[in-house]
Amino acid sequence: MTDKYTQIVGQGLGKNVARKLGLPQPVELRRYKAGAPLVTGPVLVSGDSAGSDDIATTLLGWGLDVRRNALPKEKLGAIVIVLDAVQHPEDLGKTVLTAASSLRDLAPNARVVTISRTPQSAQSPASAAARQGIDGLLRSLAKELRAGATANGILLDDDLATTSPSALGALRFFLSGRSAYVDGQFLTVTSASGMLPTDSDKPLAGKVAVVTGAARGIGAAIARTLHRDGAKVVLVDIPAAGDHLAAVANEVMGTALQLDISRDDAGHRIIEHAVERHGRLDIVVHNAGITRDRLLANMDEGRWQSVIAVNIAAQLRINEALLASEHFRDSPRIVSVASTSGIAGNRGQTNYGASKGGVIGMVRSTAALLEPYGGTINAVAPGFIETEMTAKMPFAIREAARRLNSLKQGGQPQDVAEAIAFLASDAAGGISGGVLRVCGQQLVGA
Amino acid sequence: MAAADVTTGGNPDRATTPEAVRRAYIVGGNRIPFARTGGAYVKSSNQDMLTAALEGLIARFGLQDERIGEVAAGAVLKHSRDFNLTREAVLGSALSPETPAYDLQQACATGLETVLGLSNKIKLGQIESAIAGGVDSASDAPIAVSEGLREILLDLNRAKTPVQKLKIIGRIRPKDLAPDAPNTGEPRTGLSMGEHQALTTAQWKISRDAQDELAFNSHRNLAAAYERGFFDDLITPYRGLSRDSNLRADTTLEKLASLKPVFGRNLGSEATMTAGNSTPLTDGASTVLLATEEWADEHKLPKLATVLDGEAAAVDFVHGKDGLLMAPVFAVPRLLARHGLTFEDIDFFEIHEAFAGTVLSTLAAWEDEEFGRDRLGLDGALGKVDRAKLNVNGSSLAAGHPFAATGGRIVASLAKMLHEKGTVDGRPARGLISVCAAGGQGVVAILEAA
Repeated sequence: MTDKYTQIVGQGLGKNVARKLGLPQPVELRRYKAGAPLVTGPVLVSGDSAGSDDIATTLLGWGLDVRRNALPKEKLGAIVIVLDAVQHPEDLGKTVLTAASSLRDLAPNARVVTISRTPQSAQSPASAAARQGIDGLLRSLAKELRAGATANGILLDDDLATTSPSALGALRFFLSGRSAYVDGQFLTVTSASGMLPTDSDKPLAGKVAVVTGAARGIGAAIARTLHRDGAKVVLVDIPAAGDHLAAVANEVMGTALQLDISRDDAGHRIIEHAVERHGRLDIVVHNAGITRDRLLANMDEGRWQSVIAVNIAAQLRINEALLASEHFRDSPRIVSVASTSGIAGNRGQTNYGASKGGVIGMVRSTAALLEPYGGTINAVAPGFIETEMTAKMPFAIREAARRLNSLKQGGQPQDVAEAIAFLASDAAGGISGGVLRVCGQQLVGA
Repeated sequence: MAAADVTTGGNPDRATTPEAVRRAYIVGGNRIPFARTGGAYVKSSNQDMLTAALEGLIARFGLQDERIGEVAAGAVLKHSRDFNLTREAVLGSALSPETPAYDLQQACATGLETVLGLSNKIKLGQIESAIAGGVDSASDAPIAVSEGLREILLDLNRAKTPVQKLKIIGRIRPKDLAPDAPNTGEPRTGLSMGEHQALTTAQWKISRDAQDELAFNSHRNLAAAYERGFFDDLITPYRGLSRDSNLRADTTLEKLASLKPVFGRNLGSEATMTAGNSTPLTDGASTVLLATEEWADEHKLPKLATVLDGEAAAVDFVHGKDGLLMAPVFAVPRLLARHGLTFEDIDFFEIHEAFAGTVLSTLAAWEDEEFGRDRLGLDGALGKVDRAKLNVNGSSLAAGHPFAATGGRIVASLAKMLHEKGTVDGRPARGLISVCAAGGQGVVAILEAA
């Protein structure tokens, strides 16, 4: 699963040489495996609020080895820093510094997770400063961690307990191997909706999910991951990709629907297929996308329009059909694949950037429309992911893109799929309208 | 037309299906695009292609690990190693390995006959689900050693001592080394299928223009069907091909008229059959999913059409009584009579375009008063096929004709057309399929919208 460079610097002579020369030393990331423990060692819960006690109690209930004070020289699997009650930037120090003294004891692929409140709902400048300060703190800390360890944060609206369903869902996601390539990111919990799965290895049991662009790459990984998590999957791709689509469909015991999503009736066809064949529709993953790169100065209408048509206009039209359908009313989930190009921009991708930025805007606006049905919509923005597409990039550019992130390696399609599977699950019922980046904390841009 | 008027065959008493017999439904189909020989599938075996067509069907209908009642398919050009072709394809697919399968061979009618045979098993209550299919590769055709060499090699295998073996090897002559490649020649006449059809085309005085027009319509109709996405749930791409490679969407009557005749050049009359109005050799595979109503409902699968009935016929082409490919001319009136139907009751005519001349000779025979009286035993002509109902989404002239795969192509497409049409004047829409075959045979069938 790892690239050549990571293999060479991972052991023996290569490891020594890389260390002496100060070269990046990526490690093989801890990824989800059924039955594997949630974290690799004891979990330190730092913080003195009632909310931190609740978290410690919950983690104990999950069967984890929980510490309120670190033992000397003990390797930790994770540190959870609970800052839900801070009112002033001066309140941060004690809890943060307690956690700091244990950072050197983190095991490889360990996790740091902060739990705090959304800055937007702060009642005073000092409170807002404290909350926003955690943003800068977390992103900086993520850049300091080594050996596959990541730092991510959970933001709660003011009226939500630290143990509200999606706060715990997000915590499990960040602690687990499912978040391997998510680093320096926040998930915002806006409601007490959602519930943790009864079987954490089958969080999507009984769900019917549609994945567009499922014939290969990230889409195929999404289909595999949703199937692994228990969902029945409908795989959609253009008719010309039907042979690859059929192969993936047969692998994940799903059904193949050859359909150009930019057709006017695509939404209707998707709903009809899911309901007629599988009795319901719970999850739609908008993954299908194309690139037609050109500098804007050289852009032609065909390149511009086709990217807009497939990457955002089709999603908008399908969502309209979903929102109008009586079959998409039972806690439905939409997850759209955006891109870091839509956030930070990318030279040669004005059309693509416009479409992917558009996805983020669409997600933000659509959240309110799904709320009456207990539904959510979110976007996942991948950074550099190892796919057939990125394998075709020129060597130097690919190598630079791969290393310019806190984890010093490209992500796998599965990493994107894991984030999508989480956002599609019941556990994420309180998370809507947001964007989660799966980019290993890309260093360039935003 | 009263059923009693027909004296050529069939049993009018069976015009209505007994209640005890169940209906066989067509759930859907899948084929790979058909490729001209030597093209995209040049390296694909029959087993590869049949497996690919099955895999697409399984993916479309979610049949992974499903134990299907029975799978039947076949190939016309078949290697001896493919004695269990269909079963091997099943084992290479995502179906349950406990799915039984058998091979069937009836020349170009193979595909349609698998549909009829399996439908009958469903109707009789022997199986609940079935997959019918067919495949052919003219690219990967078997080549046998010459008859002389074959005998020598068999003797060699039986020889016991080195001396005996050397003696036998000494019998090999240079002429024995020439391989024996398959051809479309009729064993009893030595004439190729095209030359046979040229005789029939001339006999029925089918003009070059009429043949070119039929070919033109086939291409135009098939191209239009692709454009509106008709094949999106009937075809799964294979080896880089997502449309039939023989399809010429931009062909014109002028282009077709410019082609030189290839058959019937020594008949004394004008040679009219060209590469444009004859089907090319083609590679491809098709499959059709059949089921009872209960099985389809239980699996939440669609029911597009029912297989109402089928009929086979054969003609004495050896002594020249009828044209080689004219057997459906006799099968269709017998089948219609059995159900008390006329052409007025048919909404789609799917007449396999082996050659444009075949279709037009067939239509001419049905329109001919004398032929209807003398040969079909009717009061007059059987009837006139409304051209607006003929091969409306194209047929073999445009799509190509991998022999055994054509039946499945037609059945799946027609079932979808019937389902879209629904009812006509309060009755289910009906389609007639006619497929001619080597050996002077023909198989025809009627499907009804479900």
